[in-house]
Amino acid sequence: MIPAQFDYVRPAAMHEALQILVDREGDAKILAGGYSLLPLLKLRLASPALLVDIRDIDGLDEIVETTDGLRIGSRSTHRSILENPVVVAGYPLLSDAAGGIGDPQVRNWGTIGGSCAHADPSSDWPAVLIATSASIVLRSTAGERTVPARSFFLDTFQTAIEPTELLTEVIIPRAPRPSGAAYAKLERRAGDFSTVGVAAQLSLGADGRIAAAGIGLTAVAEAPFAATAAEASLIGSEPNEAAFQAAGIAAAAESRPGSDSHGPAEYKRAMVKEMVVRALRSAAGRAQAQR
Amino acid sequence: MTDMMSETGLLKETPQTTEAVGGMGYSVKRKEDPRFIRGQGEYIDDLVLPGMLWLDIVRSPYAHATIKGIDASEALKIPGVLAVITGADLEKAGLHWMPTLAGDKQMVLPTDTVMYQAQEVAAVVATSRYIAADGVAAVLVDYEPLPVIVDPFKSLEPDAFVLRPDRGPDKANNHIWHWESGDRAGTDTAMEAAEVRVSEDIYIPRIHVASIETCGCIADWNATRGQMTLHMTSQAPHAIRTVLALVSGLPEQNIRVKTHDIGGGFGGKVPVYPGYVLAVVASLTVGKPVKWIEDRSENLQADSFARDYHIHAELGATKAGKITALKVKTVADHGYTDAAADPSKFPAGLFNVITGSYDFDNAFVEVDGVYTNKPPGGVAYRCSFRVTEAVHAIERMVDILAHDIGKDPARLRMENFIQPDQFPYKTPTGWSYDSGDYPRALQKALDMIGYDDLRKEQLEKRAKGELMGIGISSFTEIVGAGPSHDFDILGIKMFDSCEIRVHPTGKVLARIGVQTQGQGHETTFAQIIAEELGFPVADIKIEYGDTDTAPYGLGTYASRSTPVAGAATAIAARKIRDKSRKIAAHLLEASEDDLEWTNGKFSVKGSPDKSKTIQEIAFAAYTNHPAGMEAGLEAVDYYDPPNLTCPFGSYICVVDIDRGTGQVTVRRFVAVDDCGNIINPMIVDGQIHGGLTMGFAPSLYEEISYDELGNNLAGTFMDYLLPTAVETPAWETGKTVTPSPHHPIGAKGVGESATVGAPPAINNAVVDALWHLGVRNIDIPLTPQKIWAILNEKGVTA
Repeated sequence: MIPAQFDYVRPAAMHEALQILVDREGDAKILAGGYSLLPLLKLRLASPALLVDIRDIDGLDEIVETTDGLRIGSRSTHRSILENPVVVAGYPLLSDAAGGIGDPQVRNWGTIGGSCAHADPSSDWPAVLIATSASIVLRSTAGERTVPARSFFLDTFQTAIEPTELLTEVIIPRAPRPSGAAYAKLERRAGDFSTVGVAAQLSLGADGRIAAAGIGLTAVAEAPFAATAAEASLIGSEPNEAAFQAAGIAAAAESRPGSDSHGPAEYKRAMVKEMVVRALRSAAGRAQAQR
Repeated sequence: MTDMMSETGLLKETPQTTEAVGGMGYSVKRKEDPRFIRGQGEYIDDLVLPGMLWLDIVRSPYAHATIKGIDASEALKIPGVLAVITGADLEKAGLHWMPTLAGDKQMVLPTDTVMYQAQEVAAVVATSRYIAADGVAAVLVDYEPLPVIVDPFKSLEPDAFVLRPDRGPDKANNHIWHWESGDRAGTDTAMEAAEVRVSEDIYIPRIHVASIETCGCIADWNATRGQMTLHMTSQAPHAIRTVLALVSGLPEQNIRVKTHDIGGGFGGKVPVYPGYVLAVVASLTVGKPVKWIEDRSENLQADSFARDYHIHAELGATKAGKITALKVKTVADHGYTDAAADPSKFPAGLFNVITGSYDFDNAFVEVDGVYTNKPPGGVAYRCSFRVTEAVHAIERMVDILAHDIGKDPARLRMENFIQPDQFPYKTPTGWSYDSGDYPRALQKALDMIGYDDLRKEQLEKRAKGELMGIGISSFTEIVGAGPSHDFDILGIKMFDSCEIRVHPTGKVLARIGVQTQGQGHETTFAQIIAEELGFPVADIKIEYGDTDTAPYGLGTYASRSTPVAGAATAIAARKIRDKSRKIAAHLLEASEDDLEWTNGKFSVKGSPDKSKTIQEIAFAAYTNHPAGMEAGLEAVDYYDPPNLTCPFGSYICVVDIDRGTGQVTVRRFVAVDDCGNIINPMIVDGQIHGGLTMGFAPSLYEEISYDELGNNLAGTFMDYLLPTAVETPAWETGKTVTPSPHHPIGAKGVGESATVGAPPAINNAVVDALWHLGVRNIDIPLTPQKIWAILNEKGVTA
């Protein structure tokens, strides 16, 4: 539990940080809250030569609602998202997810950007961003680009971020009304990594049928992913138990869980079905409330 | 006249002293807490001595392998790395093996073979903690893997690889010992004759205490003075001093073991771990203080573990449900060495207390200890004299019997209990229970939880397809080792001690042979003295944990502090009261026989205004003592208990099971405990709350398991699941008071009661919820995936 030696810099401005990433390409690792990175260092599973602490860079921890949707700065902590008035008023999926991450200390330090950049398949934010078809904004000395969350998470601990890029914000589009979203997390005890996590978002058409559906799954494949067959199965259906069960079965079939201390693959696949149904029930209830 | 034992066993349900004195029965706030809640506790890792070096340990990634070579050359090139110690280095001094407390032996460092994953392989000594870790990473060890045995039943097969060839050619197998208790032939006959027989295989998995503070020490050798000071996380500092003297050859008066504050022990800080020995060797070698502190993963992977008992139990009864016989055969997985901390005569601890709270004549118990490629097992988890395993087995079996014959489990227990008038009760395996009132405790628990209504609710829920269960555990504990005719560790009898010094101004310093790890000794032992002598608790200072000053004692574990050292404290106080009576007679110019002792003073019978307070007497002991009497007011007592004490209780648990996920929720948990007379109700309640949580934890969450290669699958807190406050039920506690008839203040131990009693109540509740589906037994931990697999098999998932 003692890390190997590393250097540490704390740039005062964005351009400095981005230049360091260029100058020390491959050697440098961004440090935000540290709640994913520091355990890796202490277990000596990662030994970067340089940590670039971004805590002094202005503008990375803002949460603002624009016409595009909700823009969340990458250094926003889980707690700041959980307690943000805009989130509390209008984004219950984010509240569900943020409130279930770790314990208060983790939520005080861990950040949404760090969680996404680290890309642990068991962490909760990626599925939320997938279900809501969010975008992830990356910046480098060459400029800025936006990557859809659905093509950002490539594999376990692997994302579309280039070594010279910094994740600056995520943008969650505003869903058309009436819509509802929820996160259903199966955990062994409070604050644990998910055994299975399901983020679901439903939008209802004028006829009351499901017009759009997003389902992101946590911890049941090498990376978080969109359960596209389950999503497709819901479109045009009444938001009822039969539709949720069918979506659950489809999502279970799309999952590729491994067996580990959380349980055997068979159990996890069954839990995907169960938690998809629970997430959809809750999302549909919230959507109905907007009608 | 002397009255040292005259008050033994008296019932004290209400306080006998004033609140200002704060004797027994008052919830006096803990004297130790101001420093803890202000962050001013002093733990070993807080200490930094001048010139101190750090030691870190190279550990094996393999569970069983030959060491073909160790190359330390790269490590030694790192600036600040001073030495790398290997088994070959220790072998030159004959220190590569050390004795265990159970009479087996354990490697300090291996010379040729590693026996479990995370075993110590080499030690690096460096000028900082960070450099020591860099050194560990740079030591190259060449391993050749050997066959791994993790299953004790496979280990017993005739062609199994012999794990411990060091035991010689006549022990060319993996069987450590066989131990049995009770009457085999009589039990076989009774079992044969039984109208009903139930049998079950029950596995109690390996678990780890996971104290907040890991283990560690600072060995500080001063060559000029010839003095070894060992700052150490130990529950038994005197025993450590004696073992160190015997192993190292250092003169015992020049060894000082000092414990400081300890962040949880639960038995895990009783043994001697290789890291302690390595720090001592390193300090002796370099002549500077050397600190070794485990990290969390080392603690979870290498320190001694508890349980790992494979129990086969068979219960015989009449058709009406009267128990007639119990037969138990157990395989005990001890890992690669038997390093259990049981008293010498008891390799399976007090496991033959397995007849529990029930009155029947025939029992036979046998246990076989077995080696596997795991770290040492069987040490502790807040009771590892194997009472937990015994209580779990009998309480599960009684419940299975009740369900099998269709009798309510509460009623079956009531009909089989040892009755209050049968105490002292001799069990068929030879124990003598001191006192108890089992029906009263169970009835109180039934009343508190509203048992009959819950059974009705369960039937209604079942009709709707909902899964709800109710489980009972009516346990008998046996604690306070122990009487010298039966109890010793490495030959040292298990007495304990107290030394009291009363100062001229009426203030008291008392030193005890036991060691607090959070139990509140500084408060409760002061209350015992306050009770006996009338000094206010605030005027009494309790010291322990420094072998240069404290009287010899065997330490704190197995709920023995109050039964043994608590008794010594009361007796030492009564010796002081006896001398005080003489001084009072002198001061009052009265005969000793004409004096009576009330409220902290001696007064002349019939003339209550003619009196001397204990404070006046203390002053006189130094200023005006009678001619012919020694000055001063001091006493020492080394207490050899006449028997163990048997706290008991009845617990009832209500669970709901989520059919969709298999998750178990403990809805309610009522615990009625009886630990005899209570010294500090608040501290006893705290002990019970903590103990219940540590019984809840392995019931639903905690397990140290290994894959077939011997890899520990729960070596971090990511996978070794300590429950949080969120899952932990709101405990509902109650009490009855049945004093111990042989203990000077009528008290019994309580530290482990709840850890022992809780798991079978939870286990019984979960099986009760599923019994109608054809489920007879589920081994703990009752994880969601385990429950879901059963629901899935029975076709009742949501």
